[in-house]
Formats: sequence, structure tokens, C-alpha cells
Amino acid sequence: MNDVLTVRGLSVTVRDTALVSDVDLTVGAGERVGLIGESGSGKSLTALSILGLLPEDVRAGGSVRLDGVDHELVGADERRMSRVRGRDIAMVFQEPMTALNPTMRIGDQITESMLIHRSRTKAAARTAAADLLELVQLPTGTLRAYPHQLSGGQRQRVVLALALANDPALLICDEPTTALDVTVQALVLDLIVRGVVDRSSALLFITHDLAVVATVCERVLVMYGGRVVEAGPVNEVFTRPRHRYTEGLLAASDLESTSRRLTTIPGNVPPAGRFPSGCVFRTRCAHATALCEETPAWTGSETEGFACHHPAGVADA
Amino acid sequence: MILRLIERTGVFLVSLVVSSVLVFAFMAVLPGDPARVALGVNASDEAVAELRRQFGLDRSLPTQYFDWLGGLLRGDLGTSYVSKAAIGPQVFDRLQVTLWLVVAGMIIALVVAAPAGTVMAARHRKISGLALSAFSQVGVAVPAFLAGILLIVVFAVRLGWLPANGWTPPAQDPAMFLKQLILPALSLGLVQGAVLTRYVRSAVLEVLREDYLRTARAKGLRPFQALWRHGLRNAAVPVVTVLGLQLATLLIGAVVVERVFVIPGLGSLLLDGVSNRDLLLVQDVVMVLVIAVLLVNFVVDLLYVALDPRLRTAS
Repeated sequence: MNDVLTVRGLSVTVRDTALVSDVDLTVGAGERVGLIGESGSGKSLTALSILGLLPEDVRAGGSVRLDGVDHELVGADERRMSRVRGRDIAMVFQEPMTALNPTMRIGDQITESMLIHRSRTKAAARTAAADLLELVQLPTGTLRAYPHQLSGGQRQRVVLALALANDPALLICDEPTTALDVTVQALVLDLIVRGVVDRSSALLFITHDLAVVATVCERVLVMYGGRVVEAGPVNEVFTRPRHRYTEGLLAASDLESTSRRLTTIPGNVPPAGRFPSGCVFRTRCAHATALCEETPAWTGSETEGFACHHPAGVADA
Repeated sequence: MILRLIERTGVFLVSLVVSSVLVFAFMAVLPGDPARVALGVNASDEAVAELRRQFGLDRSLPTQYFDWLGGLLRGDLGTSYVSKAAIGPQVFDRLQVTLWLVVAGMIIALVVAAPAGTVMAARHRKISGLALSAFSQVGVAVPAFLAGILLIVVFAVRLGWLPANGWTPPAQDPAMFLKQLILPALSLGLVQGAVLTRYVRSAVLEVLREDYLRTARAKGLRPFQALWRHGLRNAAVPVVTVLGLQLATLLIGAVVVERVFVIPGLGSLLLDGVSNRDLLLVQDVVMVLVIAVLLVNFVVDLLYVALDPRLRTAS
């Protein structure tokens, strides 16, 4: 089976500052891939550049290809990109409270994405919208509601429904549950997974929450300082991290730890464009040496590997 | 929603009553006796007393007020102290003229401002947007009467395309009516349009930053389509507010422009009334202007509710 999404050497720059460098990313058909990292690690920018929705003065370079689309997505014009968006790739954003048009009925906002791409007639789109609402467990009456009549969790389910409307090959979710109450997070996550599995859509799931990645994704990429520092199956990466950053991240979120003190990664994420040369993590890494001033090469295969001069778990080898 | 309608209607009616009291009170506290003013300083005390009695000026102020208000409600604006003619028909005739002018001016302002403001916002970092911005800034600085004089000099005097002044009722000669309407309507509309453009620009800029516009593009709408389908109605809410304020300004602006173009509108009637010391006429014209402004505000309130569904559920 072909890979749905192939990203090669993706870079994102604003004026002369690099925000994302040299990101390689592959998502197989129907595969659920997580992209994790702290805020400022470049994960949202990576998602937006796949969709071609970067802010005006932000530029993307490199290559993004989608299976079934015969052109390069980076730098493609609006006419071509608008055909891909909403049909082949759909996206769920972080903030549900502002993601919907306050002056338009929910039903019209859902059917619109089907009507734009002419995937259904008007009548069929209305039926499909009702079905989509049922899928996300909202009553059919929601079709006539306005966004302000719904809660954040309900709105996010509407956003999910309209993203799934055209059975996209790839669904990108950017922190879809971060802004939601803990009580509805599980429901929304469950609906996302069920939605993509039913359609055999692939999922690129962006979050800073390791627990969420563990429940939703099969494979994970760890980003730091605009680079992918480690990749691999969720089980592998979470139980045997190789990159020192991943190791720190896991230690910081270890809920079963017996020690009373919270473990943290020393220092802060540097502001955009102020990451050190060489290994981007070396200024916060306890294992850094002079060698780390050189950019570490990728060790391992395309889908599983890391970029670290002093990987964890080698001392005993 | 019904509740809100009732509430707005109530506010409208109360403002009407309060403003009628204010207008009446202002005219009543003005020093000088209207009858004395009307007859001149040489008139005998008997003649003045006779006129006071004739116009009911010898009655108490509340009686006079309710008499005037009752007349207003019946559409009877009373009789001029100076010309002894009925005021109602005059005001009604002149009001129609001014309304043509104001409505034409507003349409021109909207036709200019809506596309220009949108383009300025969408291209706010490009040369074309900046050029439009600078141009509208000039427009904001030009008063309507100056625009009127400039338009007369260019289109009436130099080019001779349009008449420099005058007024013909539309029923009498539609072609002439239009010709004579163009220049005064332009001088009102272009200036207001320049102001409105800036509000449209900032409203559209605001909307362009909204998340739902990004959602619309993520659905597959091109930037302009997204702005058209999802942005305009949202941007219209702040613009309608300004539009309401501007209609009031236009009514006042019409007073001056009517003078420049020698148009027999409400503005000229008001100025004539002031220079002839025709107090009741002035009082009536001011009241009509106040009613017009309040009516505009009332309509703006209703428009909000039509545009923004969030306001329908608020009590």
C-alpha cells in the first residue's frame, strides 16, 4: 500500500529565521501517527505547511506529497491547494470556541465542505450532515443550531464532523482536546479514532500530551527545536527512548514515579530561532559534550530512529 | 428575540418622548418673545399681546408642550409665527428632497467603501492597499462643502457635464432630477465613503484574523471565497454601527451641501427659519431631524439582531 503523506526536508522560515528544519515524515494509509513536543517545537507549523495554510509572512520549503495528488503541495497555488484541502486532507484545530462561523447554522457549515468539492448534491449533503452529527453523537437538531448554543466539546465534535465530511485520506488534528474539559477529552479522542478507522483515513495527531499519543497513535515522532529528534512505534519510543530529550519528556510525565518531587527538564524551550547550532537540545542536555556542536546524523531507518550523539540505553551495550 | 424587539421598541419610544421635551425646553428657555421677534421692535404692546394670544403663547408651558406634541402626533406642525403659513406641508416637501440626497449619498458611500475597504484589508501589506489607504485618508480630511465646490468647478464649470445647482422633483422631470442629484450626492457620499472605508477596512482585517476563516479555507474555500461567505456578515456588525452614526452626520452634512448647491431641502429650511427668527419652524425641523436620527438608530438595533444570531438569545 502507498504511503498517504510523504514529507521530505520540510523547512519553515519567517524572514531569515528557521522555525522548522529538515523534517522527514511519512504517514502510511490508515496509519495513526503522533507528533509530540513542547510548545514552540514546530509541530503546528509542520501541520499548517502540509495544508498550505501558513500565515502570510511564513514560508515553507522542501517537499510535501500526498498519494493521489499529482503535484507538490509546498508552494502550490491557491487554486490547486483549495482542491486538496477539505477533500484529501482535513484538519481539526485546537480552539473549538472560535473555529466555527458564529453567524452560520451548524448544518450549513457542515454541508458546505461537501458542496465546495461537489462530492454530494444539496439534498444528499444534508442527509450526510445528519449522519455525521450522529457519528459524533450530537442530536440531529444541532443542524439548525448556531455555534454559540453549543459547548466547547460539542463544537469540537462539529469541527470533527465537517473535517470527516469528504472522507479525507488524511486527517490532521492539532491539539484537538487541549482546550476541552478533561471529562469530554476522552469522548472526543474516541470519536476521532473511530472516525478515521471507519473511513480508513490516516491520522496525524499533534499534541504535547504523551498519554493521549499512547492511546490514539501507533507510531510517534518527537519534535524539538523545529526538528524531529526521534521516531518509532509508540511502545518502543515510550519504553526505550533513545534521544535524551525524549527521555527527559518521559521522566517529566511519569505519573507512577515514587519520588515526591516532579522531574523536569532543566531550562526552558528557547524562543523561536534561538536554538543552538548542532544538536538543538544540547543547551538543556546533561549528556552534552563538545561533539554535540555538530548536528547529529539520523540513526536508524526512515520510520524508526533518532538523532543523538549520546543516545540513552547504549551504556549497557 | 421577541423580548429584545420589545425592549428596543421601548427604548426608541422613550427616547422620542425625552427628546421632544428637550427640543421644546431648549426653544422655550431661549431669551426673547417669539411674538415680539415676529412683529419687530416697533410693534405696539397690544399687537404683541394679540399675537401671543393668537398663537397660544400666553398659556402655560406644559399646555403649550402638549399642544405641540399632540399636533406632531397628528402630523400638524403648527403655523409659522412669521409667515403665518402652515409648517407641516413645507417640512414634508423639504424632507423628501433631503431624503433623496441623504439616501443617494449613503448608497454612494457604501458602493465606494465596501469594495475599497475590503481590498485595503486583503492587500494591507501590498502597494495597492497602501495607495487606497492614503487616498481614503485624503478623503477623510476633505469637508463635504469643499468637495461640493471642487465637484462644481470640475464637472459643472470646466467640463459642463452637469448642472452646478438647482433641484427638480423626480415626478416632474426624472432626467433633470438625476443630473442635478449627482453632484450634491457625490459630495456627500464620497466624503462619508472615505470615512466608512476605514471602518470597513478594520472590520475586514479583524475578520481575516479569525479562526473560522482558517476553518473555511481548510474546507477548501479560496481566500476570497472564504472572506465572502464567512467574513462579510461578521464584518457587517461593526460597519452597521458606523453606518447609523454616519446617517446622522449625513443629515447634518446635507444642511451645508444644500446651501452650496442651492437645493430646497430641510437644511435650507432650517437655515431660513433661523435667519427669519421663525422659532416654531426651527423647533419643528429640529424635531424632525431628531426623529430621523432616532429612527436610524432603531433600525440599526434591529439589523444587529438580524446579522448576529448571538444577540437573539440574549435577553
